[in-house]
Amino acid sequence: MSSTMTHSWFMTVRHLRNLARQPWWIAITLVQPVIWLLLFGAVFKATADIPGFAADSYVDYLTPGIVVMTAAFAGGWAGMGVIEDLNRGVIDRFLVSPVARQALISGRLVQLAIVSLIQSLIVIVLGLLVGARFPGGLAGLGVLVACSALLGASLGALSNGMALLARKEETVIAASNFVLLPLTFLSSAFMQRDLMPGWIQTVARYNPVEWTVQAGREALTAQPDWSLVLSRMGLLTGLALVCTWLATRAFRTYQRAI
Amino acid sequence: MQTSAAIEARDLTKTYPKGVRALDGLGFSVEAGTVFGLLGPNGAGKSTTVKILTTLTRPDSGQARVAGVDVLANPDRVRRSIGLVAQRSGVDLEATGRENLTLQGQVYGLRGAELRTRVEQLLERFGLAEAAGRVTRGYSGGMQRRLDIAMGLIHRPRVLFLDEPTTGLDPEVRADMWAEIAHLSGSEGLTILLTTHYLEEADRLAGRLAIVDHGRVVAEGSPDELKGELRGDAIQVELGDPQADGQASAALDRVPGVWEVTVEGRSLRARTDNGSAAVPAVLQALEAGGLRVASVTIARPSLDDVYLRHTGRSFTRTEEKV
Repeated sequence: MSSTMTHSWFMTVRHLRNLARQPWWIAITLVQPVIWLLLFGAVFKATADIPGFAADSYVDYLTPGIVVMTAAFAGGWAGMGVIEDLNRGVIDRFLVSPVARQALISGRLVQLAIVSLIQSLIVIVLGLLVGARFPGGLAGLGVLVACSALLGASLGALSNGMALLARKEETVIAASNFVLLPLTFLSSAFMQRDLMPGWIQTVARYNPVEWTVQAGREALTAQPDWSLVLSRMGLLTGLALVCTWLATRAFRTYQRAI
Repeated sequence: MQTSAAIEARDLTKTYPKGVRALDGLGFSVEAGTVFGLLGPNGAGKSTTVKILTTLTRPDSGQARVAGVDVLANPDRVRRSIGLVAQRSGVDLEATGRENLTLQGQVYGLRGAELRTRVEQLLERFGLAEAAGRVTRGYSGGMQRRLDIAMGLIHRPRVLFLDEPTTGLDPEVRADMWAEIAHLSGSEGLTILLTTHYLEEADRLAGRLAIVDHGRVVAEGSPDELKGELRGDAIQVELGDPQADGQASAALDRVPGVWEVTVEGRSLRARTDNGSAAVPAVLQALEAGGLRVASVTIARPSLDDVYLRHTGRSFTRTEEKV
């Protein structure tokens, strides 16, 4: 176990360092959620006037949604890094070394969580600047960020696993495109749940993006229902563990295929 | 199986999902401290063999031991004793040379001062000390390859696998790599398994070699032994026109002291006790058969001839088709 942890840390350092060397990537990663917040905030501003919409202003409602969406997208695209390493022979080099297999996945997920934390903070600060208010305070924001990181890790693990199975850039791009937007819009990230059609409300119940949005928003209210928050966090933790396990298993399938 | 061998492979078979039979009962054995070459064209099964022996993938059947350990039963122990320089470089292009080596060392459990010393020592030895702080994306092909070898050696493995180490390198860089590999083979009792599709490379570097064709070993021995099996000189005649109908070989049937006549396209090969003495008779016979001759060469047996003898195809031509 300890070698898994140490190896994961070595891999995390590798991924963070490599990212830090790509200024364009950093710029895009940091600016993109800002654009989403400002753009969606402007486009859907009138949503707050819909009868029955609970939040005072749309930006109050939207900010947690953008935090979650950003984490989901970062996770969904994480498999591209695996493809790059596969193409360069880096994964094969590690697989013939005694490195803990799990570290090859979890190193990426820890890096993802760290990036997602930074993105979340940027979105939250910007939200506050444009007038969003979060009665739940720091504890609520902490829950939002933690749940988003768990969601990002789950989708990231799935994306990594799929990259190992498909071994093709195109497949990862197609799958991410196919899954991410529907997953985001089949949740209450942008629209209050009881104002959406019934079937979407039903589907959303099984959508991890919705679990994250629910937990985050609930924790940000003045009097959070902590049992709801904890149940959603539990689901997300379970999901992240299962997805990581699946992604680690994908190495076996990969090694059989080559 | 003998335990003194550094590598022992027996009856390895592997079929890929699309039905491609990569290995078909391949087996060989490598004595510790030697350089063993696997020679064959692309697709012969060399890389698959290396993948199995380095625990990257598993065979459908067969057995293999590396450094005395069963690769199927104990892959983790095998991984600690081997180094791999894969056909495709495994260098992380976003990291510097030093960072690549350091991470590789960490993965093998090296830490602190020991790790730093080993990294600097390898950078120095492979002429990368000056470039060590630069991101490897800017390295030349030869530098990346040297870094690959340095990474393969960081934990002082007992067995080093070099899978087509010079493919894609410039001729001068290739010559440098040969010197480097020859130098390695003398050191620290290291056993090297080298795969290559360059006859010259196998001839120069390998103490023993196995010729691999369609997933099987078709001949095994030292380069000299293999060449020695071939009696006499090789005559190669380039004909003026391609031959399909066996007219050329028929023409040479009547020439005494000439045997093993094969024709591929315009190229005719034959063996004879004494090359220079046989040439006039060969030319005369071809002319009598109405065949134009473009050029004639006589050579001592080469590995290409050995390959031709065992597979029925010329190595160079097999390569051209790939």
